[in-house]
Amino acid sequence: MSAAPLPRIAVVGNPNTGKSTLFNALTGLRQRVGNYPGVTVARKSGTCDLGGGRLVELIDLPGLYSLAAVSPDERVVIDVLLGRIPGEAPPDLVLVVCDATNLLRNCFLAAQIAELGLPAVLAVNQADVARERGIEIDIPLLAGRLGTAVALVSAWKGEGIADVRRTLLRGLDQRPVLRRSEWPEAIAAALAEVAAAARDATGRDIPPALAQRFLFDSAPTLAESAGWAAPAREPALRAARDRVRRAGLNPPAAEPLIHYARLRRDLEGVVRGTGRESRSAAVDRILLHRVLGPVCFAVFMLGLFWSVFALAKGPMEWILAGVDGLKALAAPSLEGMPMAQSLVTDGILGGVGAFLVFLPQIAFLFLLVGLLEDSGYMARAAFIMDRLFGWCGLNGKSFVPLLSGFACAIPGILSTRTIEDPKARLATAFAVPFMSCSARFPVYALMCAAFIGPQHGALWESVAMVGMHLVGLLFAVPIAFILTRVVLRVRPAPFVLELPRYQLPKVKDVLWRVWQSVWEFIQKAGTIIFALTIVVWALSYFPRDEALAERARAVAVAKGADPAAADAAAAAAQVENSWMGRMGKSIQPVFDPAGFDWKLTVGVLASFPAREVIVSTLGITYALGEETGADSESLYAAMREARWTEGPRAGTAIFTLPTVLALMVFFALCSQCGSTIVTLARETGGWKWAGISFATMTTLAWLAAVAVYQVGTALMS
Amino acid sequence: MTPLAQLLPGQSGKVVSLNPERVVDQRLMALGLLPGMVVTVVRRAPLGDPVEFAFNGAEICLRQSEAADIWVDVAADCPIPRPPKP
Repeated sequence: MSAAPLPRIAVVGNPNTGKSTLFNALTGLRQRVGNYPGVTVARKSGTCDLGGGRLVELIDLPGLYSLAAVSPDERVVIDVLLGRIPGEAPPDLVLVVCDATNLLRNCFLAAQIAELGLPAVLAVNQADVARERGIEIDIPLLAGRLGTAVALVSAWKGEGIADVRRTLLRGLDQRPVLRRSEWPEAIAAALAEVAAAARDATGRDIPPALAQRFLFDSAPTLAESAGWAAPAREPALRAARDRVRRAGLNPPAAEPLIHYARLRRDLEGVVRGTGRESRSAAVDRILLHRVLGPVCFAVFMLGLFWSVFALAKGPMEWILAGVDGLKALAAPSLEGMPMAQSLVTDGILGGVGAFLVFLPQIAFLFLLVGLLEDSGYMARAAFIMDRLFGWCGLNGKSFVPLLSGFACAIPGILSTRTIEDPKARLATAFAVPFMSCSARFPVYALMCAAFIGPQHGALWESVAMVGMHLVGLLFAVPIAFILTRVVLRVRPAPFVLELPRYQLPKVKDVLWRVWQSVWEFIQKAGTIIFALTIVVWALSYFPRDEALAERARAVAVAKGADPAAADAAAAAAQVENSWMGRMGKSIQPVFDPAGFDWKLTVGVLASFPAREVIVSTLGITYALGEETGADSESLYAAMREARWTEGPRAGTAIFTLPTVLALMVFFALCSQCGSTIVTLARETGGWKWAGISFATMTTLAWLAAVAVYQVGTALMS
Repeated sequence: MTPLAQLLPGQSGKVVSLNPERVVDQRLMALGLLPGMVVTVVRRAPLGDPVEFAFNGAEICLRQSEAADIWVDVAADCPIPRPPKP
């Protein structure tokens, strides 16, 4: 088909400049989302028709203040711009998006881009807000001073988009390069020295912009990623920096001083009117008030959480009903083929249902958090919460992912992308699965309703419920502390948090992001979860022994059981004889110190792909057939009557209070969710941290369950 | 000269010096916090930290530990800040 690749335009800008809104306005829905190789930074690109059928590829780069890279997101930007991403040439043009209400600061990044020597044009965005505040910008004068084409635009209102297209066309045709700052002689000489030394050490040409980063930045992030190792690097940089110092300049301070001095001259007469105080300041006097602030925060977060559950409830029921409907439809047509019937209804449809049922919660969390994010409130939430999380190495931005985790860990882990500090990001992603997600709820509900409620009353039932929701938090915080202080040797990024102007979120943009995240999740996690569910189904279905099942049925009938109960007895015998049943029996000694019998062990093993499976598995193993839920009286009765059949506890009840508590604690802590593991692996850039998370959570769950059972039993005897 | 972290909400100061070796100070300089720039303390977070500052047309929040090495001259019409609590 088309042989020539499209011209590529990189879109860069400070955070909160409306860059992504402009990107969406230019590309519409023709977008692709992927990942940059080796890092967990989303690569967003889309095609745009600049007019007359001239198509270009736009690449939306992460927002950043300076090319001095600290976080992985920032490093991706400079790697893309310098063409250091494997398989990607440098872009043909750079579109620098600036905020019209703070042009000076936004132009600092433009001044750094100028040093790259790439063709670049400017889009001065949020023109509507600037106009409202009485700020006027002389666009032709700015264009002349910077030496490139400049468009004035309001992406939010959709004004001036055509002008941006024309500017991009001019940029591609004329290839204007932004005027560079003038460097004092000492710095120019030091830069040449650095470039030569780095070239000799790495064997690759070092562009001047990269030499500047090596010379000016005290964090060696970029030098290391360029392969310039410390033994060769440090003496060379020391010599070059000494040369700058001898000229009376401080290397790290020289760059901003020189750029800002030049930009102040360039912007003289370009920006008129100082701007009235924004309405955000008035809103913040309430929302960040010492007393009212936290109150509003709590109200917003409770509201958010309540809305997610309320909004998701209906769709979740529809999905479950839909899956049940499909099962009912499929079952009769497969009558006479028991294996195919079981594979379709229990394996395939059961697996798809278990995966799909949490999608509504995931989607609504993304939607509401996205709306709050785009309104500008999330930065305030981080400001309010930072103190509570800072001490254990997390930061204010960890709060929302952790809160999301109480509904579902997936959106929680995905929303850690907003945390710049790689250390805090990893620690937060690691802590999120400890939060008591809604899939754990059926287990708590079953245990509370079957045992704690009837024996100890409603008060203790609710105490147990609340307690189980806090267990994870209790473990997650110390673990984050250990992880960030002891284990992780990642350079921390400074917590520099800008409070953006409040604005009405653009619902279309947020919905589009929600769809992208949900679709990505379905594609990436869906296949793996599906495969896992089929494996667990096969383990609990094979091998079949019809003679054994018939004997169990005959025994049940002889005892006077009705046909349904006899069928259930036969099904239970099959499960006991299956690989899963055998595994449960041989692994049971591991769980014996926690008071679990082999049936509970089977339940635990079967729920590793998705923990909510425990309820239906217990339904099968305690011989009730398959139609059981967390509110089934017959399951409660069967579990209460369950007795140890052998060993020192023979004849006594299996479900004592210590066993019940141990089981709940086990489920509160254990890593039993395939989707979470897959998401964690994807967001941390490999299986290492997913594996560590699985091992840590499962070990802790076992230790805690054993501790609860042993201490509980000792106290009660 | 006063450390920026000691200014009270509402007070302004003119930046005298930063510590250019610190990564956080480099980020702040990129944001325009350079010697001579006027910076205002807007408020403290409800739990006392971080602190919201206004400079160069933006509101930026910093932990006190991160603002520790920034020194300012308090504007003449502002009261002298209290000495730090022991």
